[in-house]
Amino acid sequence: MVESSPAPRAHPLSPHLQVWRWHITLAASILHRATGAALYLGLLILAGWALALASGPQAYDGFTGLMGSIPGRIGLFCLTVCLFFHLANGVRHLGWDLGRGFEPAIANATAWAAFVFAIAMAIGVWVLLAVIGAL
Amino acid sequence: MADFRTALGRARGLGSAKTGVGHFIGQRVSAVALIALAIWGVGSAAVLARGGYDGARAWLGSPINAALLILLAVAGFYHVQIGMRTIIEDYIHRALSKTALLILNQFVCFGGLALTVICLLKVALNAGAI
Repeated sequence: MVESSPAPRAHPLSPHLQVWRWHITLAASILHRATGAALYLGLLILAGWALALASGPQAYDGFTGLMGSIPGRIGLFCLTVCLFFHLANGVRHLGWDLGRGFEPAIANATAWAAFVFAIAMAIGVWVLLAVIGAL
Repeated sequence: MADFRTALGRARGLGSAKTGVGHFIGQRVSAVALIALAIWGVGSAAVLARGGYDGARAWLGSPINAALLILLAVAGFYHVQIGMRTIIEDYIHRALSKTALLILNQFVCFGGLALTVICLLKVALNAGAI
């Protein structure tokens, strides 16, 4: 009896998004990537600011007019939240790289802290902007 | 064509090219730098938002501000270049799309950085001669 060797078994795949129970650490992990991608856009806005500044007062007024419009302000506020979330969650990642903070209770607490920090800092920065008359 | 090799046999020899750890370390070193630079950047943005065009040119005339902002741009574009590369490699599996997006990512990051640094230097070095 000649029998060809069986085909390699299908490799087991790791569970994907839809089979995980929604959880704060899961949300933090996904949003770390999402906010990082948003901050890519933030750096391009920085490049646009530098280009406008180097191009003269008219270009600069155009840039600040765009950023100061209602959609511009909403976008910049969202980017502020993204920045502080990515910063706080990045510090969690640096802790994990040192082998710290993996215990479930601590991982949960630091994930919550990253969300609270992001929203509190963003609101604080924008209140400060209003107070110093920069809006 | 049937492939009689086992999954392990196919994978052997296709491992790390022994240079990937450079990205891992670079991502973390730039992250550490960006903790301070990003916080400074937010504070600076508040100052700049109030000062208008002349205020921004004068602000950039300070060598400390110019140096820190260039460092922010360098560390930032370096950091997002690695991050976006990781996202592309994780989610895009068609060889052509993946390669095209990876190249585009390099072009955008290097182009954005070059443009930012040149513009900042142009203003910073001329700030005394408005």
